[in-house]
Amino acid sequence: MSEPVTMMAAPIRLDYVFTAGVAQSENLHGLAEGKFVGQRCPKCKKVYVPSRGSCPVDGVPTDEIVELPNTGTVTTYCVVNVPFAGQSIEIPYICAQILLDGANISFMGLIQEIPTDEVRMGLRVEAVWVEPDELGPTMASVKYFRPTGEPDADYETYQEYL
Amino acid sequence: MSRFPELVSGTRPVGVVSFAQYDNVRREAARSEVEMLMPVVAEAFGTIGITKDDVGFICSGSTDYLVGGPFSFVTALDAVGVWPPRAESHVEMDGAWALYEAWVLLQEGVVDAALVYCFGRSSPGDVSEILALQLDPYYLAPLWPDPTSLAALQAQALIDAGKATESEFAAVASRSRRAALANPKAQVAYDRSPEELLAEEYAVAPLRRHALPPLTDGCAAVVLAAGEKAYEWCDRPAFITGIDHRIETHSVGARDLTVSSSTRLAGERAGVGSKRVDQAELHAPYAHQELILAEALGLGEGVTVNPSGGALAANPLMSAGLIRIGESARAIWSGQADRAVAHATSGPCLQQNLVCVLEGG
Repeated sequence: MSEPVTMMAAPIRLDYVFTAGVAQSENLHGLAEGKFVGQRCPKCKKVYVPSRGSCPVDGVPTDEIVELPNTGTVTTYCVVNVPFAGQSIEIPYICAQILLDGANISFMGLIQEIPTDEVRMGLRVEAVWVEPDELGPTMASVKYFRPTGEPDADYETYQEYL
Repeated sequence: MSRFPELVSGTRPVGVVSFAQYDNVRREAARSEVEMLMPVVAEAFGTIGITKDDVGFICSGSTDYLVGGPFSFVTALDAVGVWPPRAESHVEMDGAWALYEAWVLLQEGVVDAALVYCFGRSSPGDVSEILALQLDPYYLAPLWPDPTSLAALQAQALIDAGKATESEFAAVASRSRRAALANPKAQVAYDRSPEELLAEEYAVAPLRRHALPPLTDGCAAVVLAAGEKAYEWCDRPAFITGIDHRIETHSVGARDLTVSSSTRLAGERAGVGSKRVDQAELHAPYAHQELILAEALGLGEGVTVNPSGGALAANPLMSAGLIRIGESARAIWSGQADRAVAHATSGPCLQQNLVCVLEGG
């Protein structure tokens, strides 16, 4: 009698064309020009960057386009010491949630030009963009964020965004 | 005199009071799913003058396989704006099944109104490949059979059994696309005779192009309301007097494809045959499937079938079933029908079927 079959391989690969959407395209086009573009909710006035086109609180279109500055605050962070497959940056490195000035939602970014043991909540940072000819509709246009040297932001200014 | 239709003892009258759907298109290349849903949800609320704060439950239907991203149903909720938080659920199925879940919840009497929405676009990926993945993973899926080829096997089985002819398939397509001319949301509508359609080449024999559904990007939303609330929001609510869904084996080869035993059973349980049926909206993506469904539901000569054009007019995946319920409700609201049957299907060759009977009060 032959051995029972205990395993079979059924390789699956599917290809997709991703539609970023109208709002997120605004953000991506902004990144290609070296700037952060968000959208404001007409009801609660919150600014989302990037916006997916709708205010998740109010369920209405965020149709007012808002250009945001290059500066922001680290709301929380982690120091990555663990190597993993596909890692593109040398460890240790700092991954942080960054709240741009004037934004009401944070996003993830790298922090560099600071020793890993000196990064902290409230650290003021600014974006460092890639060379103009390397800019594209992608977050890869932002090389990393670095400290501005300003005093740390007060906890009250970012406590809602943790 | 009760303003509610006769219901199965112990059930609560729950009516479809609003319905909206996206302009069904081959490819929505600009908007994201959330951006497609937002105006549809706003229309479903707006036409009856309510807001998201008026519904106590939200249930959605979609599948991540179409979008190619995980948890797309979570981001889709941004189209509604669920703050303050409220009860919400999702089914990885057509919105018709999301409506079923909402109906069950409304039966419990905890909430009086619910929003049901669904979305699905065929354009991001290859639907023929994506739908192959719903098949049995050991024997069928590795062969990647596309849905049209499986449907063609079913159509051939019908012909071999002497139950239908290619001319009848063409007649269904001709009638559906002609009816679709009056449906502003139809994607494919035309006035061509069955004879003209029979001159087309085979797509997959014995199915010609006319017997196939279009590829559609779309979404839809329905508002359900219970008891008096239904009358607050709608002059003539389309009350659900029966709803049931049944499933058959996923092994296509183990089924008699010329009949739909799950539709027949769901139809019996939903009480389709207990009274006269004015019209039926059948979710038959392939023309020959309408013949199988009409037989399974025992629909006679006097029943108007798919006045909207059905899934042959527009087939947004995960939404085409809920749209059948929405179109049926619309017929009740307008007085065009007093009793309508809506049907939704899922899986290859009509594997799973839901039947919903709607009546005016």
